[in-house]
Amino acid sequence: MVSWTEKDPIVSIKDVHKSFGALEVLKGVSLDVMKGEVICIIGPSGSGKSTLIRCINALNDIQGGSIHVRGIDLTDPHLNKLELRKKVGMVFQQYNLFPHKTAIENVMMAPLLVLKEDENEVRARARDLMKKVRLEEKENAYPGELSGGQQQRVAIARSLAMSPDIMLFDEVTAALDPETVKEVLVTIKDLAQDGMTCILVTHEMGFAREIADHIYFTDNGVIVEHGPPETFFTKAKDPRTKDFLSQIL
Amino acid sequence: MYLIAEFFRQLVEDYPRWNFIWMYEPVQQEKVLSGIWMTIQLSVACLFFSVIIGIIGAFLQGSRNAIVRMVVQGYIQFFRNTPPYVQLLFFYFALGQFTPTYSPDGWLEVPIISNVGWAIISLSFFAGAFNVEIFRAGIEAVPESTREAASSLGFSRAQTFRYIVFPLAVRVSLPALNNNLVNLVKTTTQAFGIAVPELLYQSVTIWNDYPSALYPTMLLVFVVYIVLVGVLVMSMNGWERQMRIPGYGL
Amino acid sequence: MASRRAHSIHRIQTDLPVLKPFYVPPPAYASASHWLANLPPYTGILLFLPLLIWPFASHAAGEFTMFNAFEALFNWIPFLFTSGFLFNVLISLFSMLFGTLAGAVLGLGQISKISPVRRTSWFLTQLFRNSPWLVILFIVLLALPFEFVIFGVIIAVPDWMKAVFGLSLPIMANISEIVRGAVLSVPTAQWEAAESLAFSRQQILWRIILPQCFKRMIPPWMNWYAILTMATPLCSLLGVEEIITLSRQAMEAENNHPELLVPFYSFALGMFFLYCYPIARLTIRLERKYAVKL
Ligand SMILES: Nc1ncnc2c1ncn2[C@@H]1O[C@H](COP(=O)(O)OP(=O)(O)OP(=O)(O)O)[C@@H](O)[C@H]1O
Ligand SMILES: [Mg+2]
Repeated sequence: MVSWTEKDPIVSIKDVHKSFGALEVLKGVSLDVMKGEVICIIGPSGSGKSTLIRCINALNDIQGGSIHVRGIDLTDPHLNKLELRKKVGMVFQQYNLFPHKTAIENVMMAPLLVLKEDENEVRARARDLMKKVRLEEKENAYPGELSGGQQQRVAIARSLAMSPDIMLFDEVTAALDPETVKEVLVTIKDLAQDGMTCILVTHEMGFAREIADHIYFTDNGVIVEHGPPETFFTKAKDPRTKDFLSQIL
Repeated sequence: MYLIAEFFRQLVEDYPRWNFIWMYEPVQQEKVLSGIWMTIQLSVACLFFSVIIGIIGAFLQGSRNAIVRMVVQGYIQFFRNTPPYVQLLFFYFALGQFTPTYSPDGWLEVPIISNVGWAIISLSFFAGAFNVEIFRAGIEAVPESTREAASSLGFSRAQTFRYIVFPLAVRVSLPALNNNLVNLVKTTTQAFGIAVPELLYQSVTIWNDYPSALYPTMLLVFVVYIVLVGVLVMSMNGWERQMRIPGYGL
Repeated sequence: MASRRAHSIHRIQTDLPVLKPFYVPPPAYASASHWLANLPPYTGILLFLPLLIWPFASHAAGEFTMFNAFEALFNWIPFLFTSGFLFNVLISLFSMLFGTLAGAVLGLGQISKISPVRRTSWFLTQLFRNSPWLVILFIVLLALPFEFVIFGVIIAVPDWMKAVFGLSLPIMANISEIVRGAVLSVPTAQWEAAESLAFSRQQILWRIILPQCFKRMIPPWMNWYAILTMATPLCSLLGVEEIITLSRQAMEAENNHPELLVPFYSFALGMFFLYCYPIARLTIRLERKYAVKL
């Protein structure tokens, strides 16, 4: 799948197996994501959601199956990780901002160093992004001086600065207190409405229901059930899904 | 100047045990000043090389080659667990005898490494052994997740190290480094053992020649070291403050 | 004293200035030596490794070989060990004992409620913590009297006792800091809880605070013991007959062959390593063990 067209899935995962030593964490996972789609992965803790999403960014390698992102084969031993990571942005649960750089420097760093773009252009774009995540007045604050929600929005802006085609979010609101969750979710929602392809791992069911085009439920390394939000939340068939939903909702 | 010299001359007349000889006699004054200057030079050179050794060692310790890691570990353990003074003697006397010589004037054969040279080498290796571990701990203190964030933004390994890991590791290492460098400055006195004409050496020659100058010279040595250590600590603290990241626990 | 020690066995090859008769073309290696001499000082560091092998190669041909030198060392080992190294250990044990006792007192002085006591303790601690050991040793050696007169009896103070005293001063200062740091590391809530139970300050300190931080003081205390042991060779500069002094005398007795230097100094280094390395390992183990639990 070297040539990729808009009609093909932008992310295509086929029968992926992943183990940490003897522990098999992903036991044959397949899913496709079309351009502009928003999908949510939900499931109990330890079911392998983070592992799956990290595989898409080649932070973990896989032992079986295949992953293609915009036609790039991730199992290729000569994979150009740089090319991949220009196309895929990732936001982490713990923000992982660079503590020794100000908010705007965090946003500007990758375009300057990795894409080697012109500083003035990058700065202008970073300003726009800070505005987009509603933090224009916090540009020169250091991460340590920002609240969790603000840090997470800077982290989103930082990923967006690379102009990725796909954004991965791994439980980005899990470390936040309930009031600040909302400001981050609003930011993601804005993004989704702008047509960004998003893959989210989340425990926010209401949010998933509102923005997702498709929901996947994982348990114990496999996808147990999936479907569009309306059917998924109301007509789940698998007992494990029902059990999970009844605990959460 | 003249008045000060006169004052100290008078002081000896009144209190024979307080002969501040280097305040009025040019030869002794010259000794003291050159001793201080040698101590400063020795300290600065050792500070510099020990930090370089520390960086290289920390880098090698992260190597994938087990033999390289073992050699670095052996170096660290040897220099940490043997007396720096005996190390100096070993370097200067035992190894010094094998240094090639050269003759600048065609007559006298001079070893290419002088005793000052050996003091610098020996003390740098000594303090460097501590620096390796200090820097290593600093590098390891940078969380894996921060490195991961950088690589998911497309940073190469080298870029991640240069722009993310290194600046953070330096900040983590500074307090311990500060301590070790202070210790190093104090250890330079031991170069006395191989006749490096630093402050202690010059002072000893002064009070051997003029026993009446014993107390003033001891006082001088104390004061000079406290000032030197003070200057170092203050500049390191200043650096630490300057590097401080707002809102970060460092 | 220094000049006696600085007798170097090997430095000078031409000791008399000779009149320069006429132009002598420099030997072939001279230019290479000049080139070496002009190298920056760090070249010495690079030279270090080959130098370790060199002794075996370059002296194998002479009449007094490296082999003879090692043989000489083996004859001296029992003497160097029992009269030399064990004496170093003895000095370190005495210094540690006195240093610890004085340091504990000084450390408690640093957290005293009485301000002059606190300030004096602080000053003494800082003074001896920040001065070079060798300087302290010299000062003790020269400033202490040779003998005390107690009730008309003259008691001579041998140099090694002065050395013990001199070495215990920096130990005292560093133990003092350890005690202060350990006490301060106990959360203030502990003090408050104990106060609310109407304990006196003395009781709180001895019954509640010190037992808690005692364990945590052990690793740094051991660390200082190792540092102290490694400082004992400095006593040779004061004429104390410890391992380095005796090694020198032994080499003199063996006619000062330069080949002796590597074996004898290596032996001294090896003894210290064998003694201090296990202490260092144990220190790290205990540090880990006590670090987790509060
Ligand atoms: N680097 C690793 N080494 C070994 N085991 C790992 C590693 N990372 C994850 N695991 C294991 O893989 C399993 C799945 O972990 P993963 O983080 O993907 O779960 P998750 O679904 O994201 O859970 P949560 O909702 O708690 O984040 C867990 O059992 C975990 O212990
Ligand atoms: Mg997870």
